[in-house]
Amino acid sequence: MNGLATSAAMPPAPRPPWAMLALLLALASLVLASFLSLSLDWEALFTAEAIASAAEFLRSFAPPEMALEFLRRIAVGIAETLSISALGTGIAALLGGMLALPASGRFGVLLRLATRMLLNVLRSVPELVWAAIWLIAAGLGPFAGTLALAAHTTGVLGRLFADALENLPPQAEATLRINGAGPIAAFFYATLPQAAPQMISYVLYRWENNIRVATILGVVGAGGLGQMLKYHLSLFQMQQAASVIIAMLLLVALVDAASFWLRKALA
Amino acid sequence: MTTPSDKPPADPAWHGRLAAGLLGLALLWPLLLGSEFKPWTLLDAQSLAAAMRFLASFLPPAHSTEFLRQAAEATWQTVAIATAGMSLALLGAIPMTLLATTRLSLSRVGTNRMGWAAAVLRQLTRWKLVVLRSVPELVWALLFVRIFGLGPAAGVLAIALTYSGMLGKVYAEILESSDGHATATLIANGSGRLGAFLYGMLPEAAAELVSYTIYRWECAIRGSVVMGFVGAGGLGQRMDESLKMLAGDEVCAMLIVFVLLVAAADFVSKMLRGRLA
Repeated sequence: MNGLATSAAMPPAPRPPWAMLALLLALASLVLASFLSLSLDWEALFTAEAIASAAEFLRSFAPPEMALEFLRRIAVGIAETLSISALGTGIAALLGGMLALPASGRFGVLLRLATRMLLNVLRSVPELVWAAIWLIAAGLGPFAGTLALAAHTTGVLGRLFADALENLPPQAEATLRINGAGPIAAFFYATLPQAAPQMISYVLYRWENNIRVATILGVVGAGGLGQMLKYHLSLFQMQQAASVIIAMLLLVALVDAASFWLRKALA
Repeated sequence: MTTPSDKPPADPAWHGRLAAGLLGLALLWPLLLGSEFKPWTLLDAQSLAAAMRFLASFLPPAHSTEFLRQAAEATWQTVAIATAGMSLALLGAIPMTLLATTRLSLSRVGTNRMGWAAAVLRQLTRWKLVVLRSVPELVWALLFVRIFGLGPAAGVLAIALTYSGMLGKVYAEILESSDGHATATLIANGSGRLGAFLYGMLPEAAAELVSYTIYRWECAIRGSVVMGFVGAGGLGQRMDESLKMLAGDEVCAMLIVFVLLVAAADFVSKMLRGRLA
């Protein structure tokens, strides 16, 4: 009797979360299916023999090549990487700026949709895939890498610029227009100065990101440190490859530190 | 009456603008040299013809049944590499997160100072996380392809290593920035570390942890396509082969598949985050 009374006072039990359970089950089966379908050869990965050969492989990296001549070539590789990233970002800033005008709806809805579609396509193809495509037109070397970075980053910056322009308060430009300024002058003296700080910070952020990308872009043959790494690895010159990897890590760490320090100094 | 003197001066700041412009050009020159910037090579008759032929072969995209079957297989392999890599990364990241979180320190109770052994272990774990994530996944993949040969194993391991570093770092940050009141109370009243984690920390941070994990899974899919270009299997490897054979129709079809795959991963990730987080 007593038990019945309490159960009558209890709120109804929550429904079992079937949807959630089904979702979790689906996720678990996705993981299971992934491992099964890849048919990874775990034994080949973790037998004593495989581990010994992997250790041998790792040991062949030491000591890293430190000859002055080689360090000079690494310095050239770093300079190439930095040039690719800076130039690629610069071109992207120019093109992105131009595409941002139609993409922010200044020339009608139709052009806005069309440009945004173009920017989406540019953006959704990763830098490395762009590099592999540009190799066909531009040949092996840093120029292909520059164009690849420019293509992807144009998509990113164009979209960000367009959003920045669209979100500006329109009063300043409207005031100039009402008082007789031409559309171009009104844009350059009212809209652009308002949006410029944000646009510049987007470009700097993207440049930082592109330095990181440019270090590895070369593994498909698009110049910079990545191309050196690929070259030495394919000749089994492990000690040289080790130096290149260390240079990559140092470059990225330096860029991270510089950006951290700059952000602190500017904020 | 307007006389020339009534007109506003041309541009009061033109000195500065001109100087900045010239300085910019002077800085640009070494960059152009360093990256061998030669746009005219694009217009060279021979390479232009090759590029045009390649572009012309884009349409129509390849759509034979045989090709579509292979593309579907490669797409599944890409998803599988990302999923398997993420699962292994989680296996590595969760213990390292537990080791790295200062909030689960028992020796800190009351004194607010960690025992030296625990402090050393924590710092070592943090450094390990830094090393794991600072080598780019593509470089890991290049190395693993040398060890294990071409194929998905290299991609899975590359994602597992890099992402365990990233996940471990971000998990630790999420756990330490969430409200630590419950955890501190549990630990101060004698609860074990695991109990404090499960009942104090996890409920506070679960949503954010899940949402970050799903976001990373999405990144892993994009990453596994890119790693295919160094031979780590999946859609990227197929795309690389088609590019080397200048088979534009196949490249075009695979680019479309790739864009659709990314869009689908984005959709699924949004759906999962809405449901689970």
